[in-house]
Amino acid sequence: MSSYDVIIIGAGPGGYVTAIRAAQLGFKTAVVEREHLGGICLNWGCIPTKALLRSAEIYHYATHAKDYGLVLEGTMKVDTAAVVKRSRGVSSQLNTGVGFLLKKNKVDVIWGEATITKPGEIVVKAPTKSAQGAPIEAPKGAQPPGTYQAKHIIVATGARPRVLPGLEPDKKLVWTYFEAMVPEKMPKSLLVVGSGAIGIEFASFYRTMGAEVTVVEVMPQILPVEDAEIAAFARKRFEKQGIKILTGAKVTKLDKAADSVTAHIEDEKGARQTITVERVISAVGVVGNIENLGLEKLGVKTERGCIVTDGLGRTNVPGIYAIGDVAGPPMLAHKAEHEGVICVETIKGLPTHPMDKTMIPGCTYCHPQVASVGLTEAKAKEAGYDIRVGRFPFVGNGKAIALGEPEGLVKTIFDRKTGRLLGAHMVGAEVTELIQGFVIAMNLETTEEELIHAVFPHPTLSEMMHESVLDAYGRVIHV
Amino acid sequence: MPINILMPALSPTMEKGNLAKWLKKEGDAVKAGDILAEIETDKATMEVEAVDEGVLAKIVVPEGTSDVPVNDVIAILAAEGEDPKAITAPSAAPAKADASKAEAPKAEAPKGEPAKGEPAKAEAPAPVAKGGPAPVSGGNRIFASPLARRLAKEAGIDLAAIAGSGPHGRIVERDVKAALAGGTKPAAAGAQPVPKAAPAPVATGMSDEQIKKLFEPGSYEEVPHDSMRKTIARRLTESKQTIPHFYLSVDCELDTLLALREQINAAAPKGEDGKPAYKLSVNDFVIKALAMALMRVPDANVSWTESAMLRHKHADVGVAVAIPGGLITPIVRKAETKSLSAISNEMKDLAARARARKLKPEEYQGGSTAVSNLGMYGIKEFSAVINPPHATILAVGAGEKRVIVKNDAPAVATVMTVTLSTDHRAVDGALGAELIAAFKQLIENPMGLLV
Repeated sequence: MSSYDVIIIGAGPGGYVTAIRAAQLGFKTAVVEREHLGGICLNWGCIPTKALLRSAEIYHYATHAKDYGLVLEGTMKVDTAAVVKRSRGVSSQLNTGVGFLLKKNKVDVIWGEATITKPGEIVVKAPTKSAQGAPIEAPKGAQPPGTYQAKHIIVATGARPRVLPGLEPDKKLVWTYFEAMVPEKMPKSLLVVGSGAIGIEFASFYRTMGAEVTVVEVMPQILPVEDAEIAAFARKRFEKQGIKILTGAKVTKLDKAADSVTAHIEDEKGARQTITVERVISAVGVVGNIENLGLEKLGVKTERGCIVTDGLGRTNVPGIYAIGDVAGPPMLAHKAEHEGVICVETIKGLPTHPMDKTMIPGCTYCHPQVASVGLTEAKAKEAGYDIRVGRFPFVGNGKAIALGEPEGLVKTIFDRKTGRLLGAHMVGAEVTELIQGFVIAMNLETTEEELIHAVFPHPTLSEMMHESVLDAYGRVIHV
Repeated sequence: MPINILMPALSPTMEKGNLAKWLKKEGDAVKAGDILAEIETDKATMEVEAVDEGVLAKIVVPEGTSDVPVNDVIAILAAEGEDPKAITAPSAAPAKADASKAEAPKAEAPKGEPAKGEPAKAEAPAPVAKGGPAPVSGGNRIFASPLARRLAKEAGIDLAAIAGSGPHGRIVERDVKAALAGGTKPAAAGAQPVPKAAPAPVATGMSDEQIKKLFEPGSYEEVPHDSMRKTIARRLTESKQTIPHFYLSVDCELDTLLALREQINAAAPKGEDGKPAYKLSVNDFVIKALAMALMRVPDANVSWTESAMLRHKHADVGVAVAIPGGLITPIVRKAETKSLSAISNEMKDLAARARARKLKPEEYQGGSTAVSNLGMYGIKEFSAVINPPHATILAVGAGEKRVIVKNDAPAVATVMTVTLSTDHRAVDGALGAELIAAFKQLIENPMGLLV
């Protein structure tokens, strides 16, 4: 029986990063994985969707080449199989990379499904088949199923698509992100249920590729966690691109035909309508994978489908930890990675602090992109802050105009009393790459003063971040 | 470059330690993980492990040396290819910079190279002890976040007095908030400029995490503080940190008082329910005596403020009442004007309502002195913490039979030791002595308390 200092169950972005950090700290470390190194993020989520969206983006530019003075002769076509192949290739390359990193850090990979039998011990069974039903082969050099011991067991099993009654995915007509990632052909029409990051990204991708797209959201705004003003801005852009958006509405029933689905949609006032589409994507959120791990038997506390931790990864049972999606929202890869690092550093006895969840950025890679960190305007008011709000539109920025991207907004929210940056919200080109500036600012506890004094390079989109701060203090230049 | 080996901090609070023993000699080859020396603190003996490889070129601090400050160079290691003999004195300047290199946990291993071997111990000293005041580099820069600076400025707190808990001891928002909650006194406000000579740092103690780390997880229960506990902690910390206390003790003979008390209590008229109208306790006499003593020594019946001395016209005497989960000090106002029976009955009412947590703020705020009596627990003597805005507090021990010297001969008397804690800003030694002498005179001649 092999024994380790730390065993991590799940090799998603949270799990493998945790494993590498544990190894760096000198722990003898293993990670248990049942399907693919890198988890959903790398294989069925963040990464392959970015590859798909990149294809969509280039398609968009190519079809708009004329706007930039370029003439493309002949017809532009989407080769769906090639687009999907590229996306899968990206995942596969990174998947191999994770295997290499684990090996380099001397982290053992145990292949199979783990159950915690008691604190300090797990039993791993051979995996049966993947979520898509394909048989799974263990990668080279992986440890076989069996019983393993570890002083510290970290659950990092992630999450899976939430299933709503009546909206059960069937892999054929009603898709989750798994099927939506690998279409055999582009559907002519598509209904996306749910307008969170996953739903909106697929809506954006398929719309750009030419499908008629309808988005149904039960909340009053799309991108429900984002600032209302930003979400409204994004919605206008999507609608201009031809995406049909129904908010405050829900799908009550799906009638399936051979190659189409008729969806019954009811809005909050009770008005009903039906639409018929080729495919439906259910993107109504994800739920933690807390089952079959032996948690109930050990008395590990769970709440609303997630494991309860103390903010440093510790559950109520000594020796058992949880990080990432399974440890609760926000269910984001970067949160999982950071949580994992805090968890093993805590185990090591290093000084750690629970993560400040108000400083976790969120990005949606639709067109236009949406990125944010911190409190929305509504949340800031709700929290009792007296706020100053700054706004700067893309149309006032030279670089945005030069790029041909004049549509967007950078919004900043400050605490009037202390000058603390409470939140930053952006919509427009490349904002997902810009948001980190505000993330660092918030983590360093900057006030408006340092942001105003900082020199931003010209000409860049980042100048809008500066201008938004200036606007909050009545000093904006380019408006 | 030769590597300086520094005196490690074996705990977050350690400032110096004794170099008990060298386990390597000058000229010995050293591998990472080798035990170099044993360090002793008042609590434990621990081993210093080598982090780098090389030859022990020079032992700077010989074994048996006491009180070696943390981060002092204790030895020098010659790296590979260096001539150990050429190394004589510690390279002074880079010593501090090397601190992290020599003693940092192995997590800091060179980039890209996985840490090998045994994990560094969990107790491995972090390069910066988190409990201490924020590091000051070059003598003037205090590392603090912009938000922390602004909050401190607004609250009038001197950053130099705050311990940083951020990376490398940087002061962040939570540290300023903790200092505010902990009652760190705002630096002198307004007209009075802050003296340039840095004010003595206020010790803020170990962080919660540091304390919790000293105990096995699960071996304790965390009981959140209620507001009374927080108030006690804040006010008494503030008191001890801002009030220069000194203490005066005297023994008081109680036999006369006890006899008088018996007589008075026996003479108490009985009500319809058969209960006496009053039953005086020794403490009631103490309250009255202290009040009258303050009237006799009015200079001691004061409160300190930065701008002026408040001279009180009456003696408002606080009385510490222990209640479940804490204590509170209700106040007997104008105690000098009240009869013993009035004081006694008032105290019974105040104490009962204090235990029920039913006191109104005006019943426990203010006052110019207080009585804390632990005599009923058999405490012989103790000194109490002044409860601002009081200038004094009288700690009362048990009345007990002791052998004393009377007329050059041993005699038995009932004696009670009382200790007056005094705010030196308001009441100097001789004045305090006068007050406690007046008290002694009154308590030993208690007929004076009746008129």
